[in-house]
Amino acid sequence: MPVLEAKGNEVELDGDGFMVDSSKWTPEIAEVLAEGAGVGPLTERHWKVITFCREDAAQVGQPPGLRRISKLSGVGTKELYQLFPKGPGKLAAKIAGLPKPKGCI
Amino acid sequence: MNANVTAQISEPTEATAPERKPIEHLSVIISKGTLDMAYPGLIMANAARMSGIDATLFFTFWGLDVVTESRIDHLHVPTVGNPSMHIPTMLGGLPGMESVATEVMKKEMDKLDIPPVREMIEILSDSGARLFGCQMAMDMFKRTKEDLVPQVQDVITAMDFFEESAGAQVLFI
Repeated sequence: MPVLEAKGNEVELDGDGFMVDSSKWTPEIAEVLAEGAGVGPLTERHWKVITFCREDAAQVGQPPGLRRISKLSGVGTKELYQLFPKGPGKLAAKIAGLPKPKGCI
Repeated sequence: MNANVTAQISEPTEATAPERKPIEHLSVIISKGTLDMAYPGLIMANAARMSGIDATLFFTFWGLDVVTESRIDHLHVPTVGNPSMHIPTMLGGLPGMESVATEVMKKEMDKLDIPPVREMIEILSDSGARLFGCQMAMDMFKRTKEDLVPQVQDVITAMDFFEESAGAQVLFI
């Protein structure tokens, strides 16, 4: 199982690079995950998305799909693709330390 | 000698095993205008964009209805000649059956948080997917660019489409 080094902590990842235990997530880990996913330094807009994903997942019990993020987070579809150009569908959840979203939308 | 070659092919070593290259560009030809044939192409293209894969869509023949302003909100599920409906064709042809089937499908899609077709097209456009109408189908149905939704960036020929699809996996629906 791959392990990520983040500021001296070891973080367990699954085969697709998602955190195995999302309760161990910290903002520092997010920075390292973002770098690994090709998402530049995290801006305030990235954090808005990441925070929404974590709060929503805690309430709903599963990571939000992209349409849900675009409708409820205050960050629209166009901007989500600018923030996570290599695929906001997976990357927002990945950087937020959540499992891979199961929905198709 | 042939036997040797066969033996070689049937025992691939790790070094010769083909590398699994990720898809970088998906190009979808949407040729049908029914609700049940419109959604798969739109959802696949959107899933591609969500995964960071480029997406190009080409609307041709009846598929043009999916991006035609006067039709986009009124696409139907066919109840005749559709064995998957599990109703006899003669019943499927009765007045109102198609509307009922369409309403049921729209409700089920909504439950899955799948947006109406017009919103799907908006999402695709916002995601950076490129949408094209087919010149020949436009001529055949006597439609102009103004008849199409604004997310369609251009009307192009089949040959242009292949140029736009450089490096893409092409999907025909």
